[in-house]
Amino acid sequence: MSSSATGQPYQPKTSVGKITNFVDTRVGGSAIVKEFGRKIFPDHWTFMFGEVALYSFVILLLSGTFLTFFFDPSMAETHYDGSYVPLRGIEMSMAYASSLDISFDIRGGLFMRQVHHWSALLFVAAVSVHMLRVFFTGAFRRPRELNWVIGGVLLILAMAAGFTGYSLPDDLLSGNGLRIIDGVVKSIPVVGTYISFFLFGGEFPGTVIIPRLYVLHILLIPAMILLLIAIHLFLVVVHKHTQFPGPGRTNDNVVGFPVGPVYAAKAGGFFFIVFGIIAAISAAFTINPIWNYGPYDPSPVSAGTQPDWYIGWVDGALRLMPGVLAGFPFEWNIPFPWGTNTLSLNVLFPALVPAGIVFTLLFAWPWIEAWVTKDRREKHLLDRPRNAPTRTGVGVAGVVFYCVMWAAASSDLIATHFMVSLNDVTYWLRALVIFGPIIGFVVARRIALALQRKDREIVLHGRETGRIVRLPHGEFIEVHEPVDEYKRYKLVNFDSPEALTAQPDVNGHVPKGEKRRAWASKFFFEDRVAPVTPAELEEAHSHGHHGEVASEHDKAAISSH
Amino acid sequence: MKALSQKRRHPLAAIALLLMGLLLTGGIYAVASNANEAKAQTAFSANDIEEGEKLFVANCATCHGMGAAGTEDGPSLIGVGAAAVDFQVGTGRMPLQMQGPQALQKPVQFTEEQTQQMSAYVASLGAGPAIPGEEELDLEGADPAAGGELFRVNCAMCHNAAAAGGALTRGKFAPTLEGVTDKHIYEAMVTGPQNMPVFNDANITPEDKQDIIAFLNIIEEQGSPGGADLGSLGPVSEGLFIWVAGLGVIIAFTVWLTSRSS
Repeated sequence: MSSSATGQPYQPKTSVGKITNFVDTRVGGSAIVKEFGRKIFPDHWTFMFGEVALYSFVILLLSGTFLTFFFDPSMAETHYDGSYVPLRGIEMSMAYASSLDISFDIRGGLFMRQVHHWSALLFVAAVSVHMLRVFFTGAFRRPRELNWVIGGVLLILAMAAGFTGYSLPDDLLSGNGLRIIDGVVKSIPVVGTYISFFLFGGEFPGTVIIPRLYVLHILLIPAMILLLIAIHLFLVVVHKHTQFPGPGRTNDNVVGFPVGPVYAAKAGGFFFIVFGIIAAISAAFTINPIWNYGPYDPSPVSAGTQPDWYIGWVDGALRLMPGVLAGFPFEWNIPFPWGTNTLSLNVLFPALVPAGIVFTLLFAWPWIEAWVTKDRREKHLLDRPRNAPTRTGVGVAGVVFYCVMWAAASSDLIATHFMVSLNDVTYWLRALVIFGPIIGFVVARRIALALQRKDREIVLHGRETGRIVRLPHGEFIEVHEPVDEYKRYKLVNFDSPEALTAQPDVNGHVPKGEKRRAWASKFFFEDRVAPVTPAELEEAHSHGHHGEVASEHDKAAISSH
Repeated sequence: MKALSQKRRHPLAAIALLLMGLLLTGGIYAVASNANEAKAQTAFSANDIEEGEKLFVANCATCHGMGAAGTEDGPSLIGVGAAAVDFQVGTGRMPLQMQGPQALQKPVQFTEEQTQQMSAYVASLGAGPAIPGEEELDLEGADPAAGGELFRVNCAMCHNAAAAGGALTRGKFAPTLEGVTDKHIYEAMVTGPQNMPVFNDANITPEDKQDIIAFLNIIEEQGSPGGADLGSLGPVSEGLFIWVAGLGVIIAFTVWLTSRSS
């Protein structure tokens, strides 16, 4: 609105108008609002998880800033003299003492601590659910592969932010967690002990780890997260949002509502809903009751020591790893000219291999799928999970793999609460961590294929109404109600790549990579259920005499009943 | 002295020296450990012992044997002391419901008087830790902060830092200490029931035991300052809670928000 159609400069009449015009002519705000405010977003409840993650991050920044005003990241020794009686006079670090002060002697401190910790759990949970939605609907395909990778990096950063954060209070629980990380670092061959000494500034626990983690937690990691969130959102705007198939929705358009005014209001309101839910939880449920755990001291370890849920799977993997398997030891002492080095595979394997598998597959998946399908077109229409059965199976396998390891992190609680032997829990979970993902893959893929067949059936023959009608000539039929056009659109409009056989190159030779791709393609799409074609639909409706649609004469008879 | 020095190369000299050494250390240990035993303070009457024996024969001898000498199904009770009987019977762990990894708590089967009589009988079979009296359980002047530190160092690895209990191997477990009486906690420390080690008076002095009990009482009385504690089970229950309740409510809101856009 900085200039009118006649070329005359716009003259605001009110004082508010004058101020806004002054700003607008200098920063060009209306152009931004015009561009961004008319951005169309499609509506679906699963598209809001990213927003939840963003909002919990904003809440983390706000509550975290409050906590930095009172937290003292120092490992200097002190004697607690605050108002929590069961710890009064106990020797502890300044970090732990100031965390106790935040909890008991600073107005609103405990609430803010709980807001910070609950929103941290929600942040990582929302990031995970958001990624699962993107994975299962195929929203990572071209042109969004890089944004998917950025999302993966954000997940790792979120986990790092969580870990560095819950280690800060220097209580017994967090110290136990740091000790495990120290053990994992030390299990790295040859250089492990050096890295550990650099990290802790000498022998564990030392006096520098808390200040170092603090700098990472409040400066480096949040800055990286913010930067990547900015790029992530910028790319969302550049790529435009994906949408589920439906009438009028194609790969070349976005059907939905503009950001302004409806979405802006909704998103703003949703922020307060998320904030309200976190505040309600924080007010009613305690989290990380550090006063129960006492100050960190390397000698005691409490029963039931686990990390927060997003690190729990690594802890679970460590718990599941056998030290010796059928006489094969996982710990070797290797004599080198400079002395003996210990190779602790029983720590190194579980700490690195599961996370390595999950993150390698996660980052590589867009390219794996593009390679298998040879499909490099842009995809703006989402898949329903059932329409990509192999991908859905792989995703479910990953979820099962993760959940079994998370369960293993609470093996002791499973044992006490269900009155079973801890050893048996461990044996079963060891079997499940290997077979569970395979079973999950097969079952999920089968269910997806079955649902696709059901969709086909509905499109071709309509919905079973449960109405049994006897025709004048004595035949009994069940009346099928044809699916309406809008719904049918959703059921037939999807990509269904076919298994591609290996293609020879110009010399008539089939290269090895091509053979491998053909094998993978067969594995992915061999038993695909093809979407209904218009011809099939036409045929099913025209010769409508296998029960679903009776002849004109019969129809009249049915409707008169 | 000359005779001794001549004999020092005798083939049996080494054995004699070993014997002397063993006797000496054994003797010193016996004297020292006697000092550690809680003295039997409660005076039991002869009638108590007699009634206790009758109860024992009727209810306990099947597994613990006549004269409490032990059988394949149950250990000997000679020398376990009155405190052990008072704990096991008084908390409902004995008589045993069934053989298993660990005796489970169930409703108490005997009156206080009957428990007292059985304790008297078992105490009469051999010296052992006595039932703690007023003096041992006097928490006046106990320091709960020091008790907390002792608890974290000695107890938390099985019972959990918040005394919520924890798992042991093969179906055994350390129970929660919530709702356990002062007397039974004290008795558990001196007798080491089930899989618990004995914390005798040389290991943790009676004053330290009082500190620990005072700590447990204070954390039980104060409740959870930050709201519902979700079972004091640590990050696992917190993680489950945010996934089920937190995300559940949020998803309900997302569905609501997107269902009324148009």
